[in-house]
Amino acid sequence: MGSIFNLQQVVNGLQLGSIYALIALGYTMVYGIVRLINFAHGDFYMIGAYTAYGAFFLFNAVLGGSGLPMAAVALVLAMLASGLVALLTNRLAYRPLRYKPKLSSLITAIGVSMLIEYLFSALPFIGPSFRAFPEILPSVPIKLGQNATISTHALIDIGVAAVLMIGLTILVRHTTLGKAMRAVSQDKDAAKLMGIDVEKVIAWTFMIGGAFAGAAGLLAGMTYPRIFPFMGILPGLKAFIAAVLGGIGNIPGAVLGAYIMGVAETFATAYNSLLGEGIAFAILIVVLLVRPRGILGEKHADKI
Amino acid sequence: MKIPRTPWLLVVAAGFWAAVQLLRLVGFNDYYLFIANLSLVYVILAVSLNLINGIIGQFSLGHMGFAAVGAYVSGSITTLIFKLSPNVAAHYPGFVLALVAGGVAAALVGVAIGFPTLRLKGDYLAIVTLGFGEIIRTVFNNIDAVGGPRGLLGIPKFSTFTVILAFALITVAVIRNIAESAHGRNMIAIRENELAADLVGIDTTGYKVKAFALGAFFAGIGGGLYAHLLQIAHPTQFGFIYSVQVLIMVYAGGVGSLTGSVLAAFALTILTQLLKSGLSSLKSLTGLPIGGDWYMVLYALLLILIMLYRTEGLMGTREAKLMVIPEEDDK
Repeated sequence: MGSIFNLQQVVNGLQLGSIYALIALGYTMVYGIVRLINFAHGDFYMIGAYTAYGAFFLFNAVLGGSGLPMAAVALVLAMLASGLVALLTNRLAYRPLRYKPKLSSLITAIGVSMLIEYLFSALPFIGPSFRAFPEILPSVPIKLGQNATISTHALIDIGVAAVLMIGLTILVRHTTLGKAMRAVSQDKDAAKLMGIDVEKVIAWTFMIGGAFAGAAGLLAGMTYPRIFPFMGILPGLKAFIAAVLGGIGNIPGAVLGAYIMGVAETFATAYNSLLGEGIAFAILIVVLLVRPRGILGEKHADKI
Repeated sequence: MKIPRTPWLLVVAAGFWAAVQLLRLVGFNDYYLFIANLSLVYVILAVSLNLINGIIGQFSLGHMGFAAVGAYVSGSITTLIFKLSPNVAAHYPGFVLALVAGGVAAALVGVAIGFPTLRLKGDYLAIVTLGFGEIIRTVFNNIDAVGGPRGLLGIPKFSTFTVILAFALITVAVIRNIAESAHGRNMIAIRENELAADLVGIDTTGYKVKAFALGAFFAGIGGGLYAHLLQIAHPTQFGFIYSVQVLIMVYAGGVGSLTGSVLAAFALTILTQLLKSGLSSLKSLTGLPIGGDWYMVLYALLLILIMLYRTEGLMGTREAKLMVIPEEDDK
């Protein structure tokens, strides 16, 4: 075993995987319901990071908030902001195209993504340059055995992701909304005939997905403290690939895929930085060629 | 999609050439000439992307990756020749060969990427091609022999108006003739219904790879011309966002319409320049916080609005007709 295959890398991979998992969940939920790759999803993550950044400055300056309550407020605000933007995006851009060819929605999604990114980088109070994310909570390393540590940030990342994922599972399995979401993802038309307000369910899905991406944005800002308007592109793509790896449309699959992706990327980057950048796409191609439905995806044939 | 035969294309190109030459005499300055050149480069990129996205209907998002291959390969060759003997006029045959070499390299990359990926459809293909485009860029960013993140500098300025126009003409003519041939009909059949095309015996994968390779070839030539116009090949010139710009041209003009791509390449290149300078002067005049960097915001809005209100683009799948031929009745 080489020096790069150690416990520390696994911890780092799980930490990264938690962030990917939160983004991937939104992708997979939206795809499961409207069969759309929401390109702008990575930008909801970016909006979450910037909202948390703004919230910190506002509350720290005015109220002197800090520590855990501050982080909680930032988390709630980030989730709210990203969720609302996702809701608005769906209403203004995707809903009018719902029954048009799928490619139109995809191209619109690319347009929405560009619009958000360039709007943020053109706005004078945000700007295109990198910003250092403030240290809301200090990072304290905790020893894990001989030669590995886990930081409190990593524990927070993994913990917040776990709590949100448990919440989502309860929501999807045990609430009326969850039941409606499952029904719409199985058969939109049948769901409509059963009296489900399909558009409302789609709107909720976008909002929940966006809020999860917003939470991921805050966590990423705290963990890798450098934010900029285009920060969402690559994590967004990688989270999408994670969702495909796990089986797109499948919620546990997205989480599984995200953790595999996080660990794989950490190892690959430790080996070679170019490989680290390319590994996600290599995984995507292998998955699509070998098992296109993903690890946990269900098999379905093309209808003629 | 029928358009009258070849001479018209030649006439339009010759007319454009003559018009620009005449305008040069009456104060058509270097900046305007640069815009004309840039538009023609975008014509090559948009028309070649239209072959892939429009005619055979495979959604590719990594077109600038192929342009990057062409730019770096031809740029490296000409830079080398130029260093050996810096006499510009003598190097034009070498320049054309270098461009073709760049195109061939891009086509080879296209085939290499096409074989594994073209089994995928729609949005998956979009993501994979996007990924490959970015990987190509990252590879150039990491090769120190071609400048790495500094870019390949000192490329001779070989791309003149006449050369670019000639290549744009060749690109449009070749792709139009293919689109109108039996091969083109097969490609359109694949676009319209891949399963049905497969069932009537069309080699769908073979056609997709061929179209991909040909599109990549012309993208490589376009990239080479671009590098010899700006005298630099830099990894950031070939990012995802530029692939999207070319994509916007294809969709604004009408996916499947070559005329539309040509018109949109001109219109959007000029619009970009107008917006950049217009917004900057608006800022300096009024003090509004709207600078030249807002043009991408407007660009993105344009793409969304096209998709929402005119999905088929400016021309749909129609082509411009310079001569209206009355349709014969089927009897």
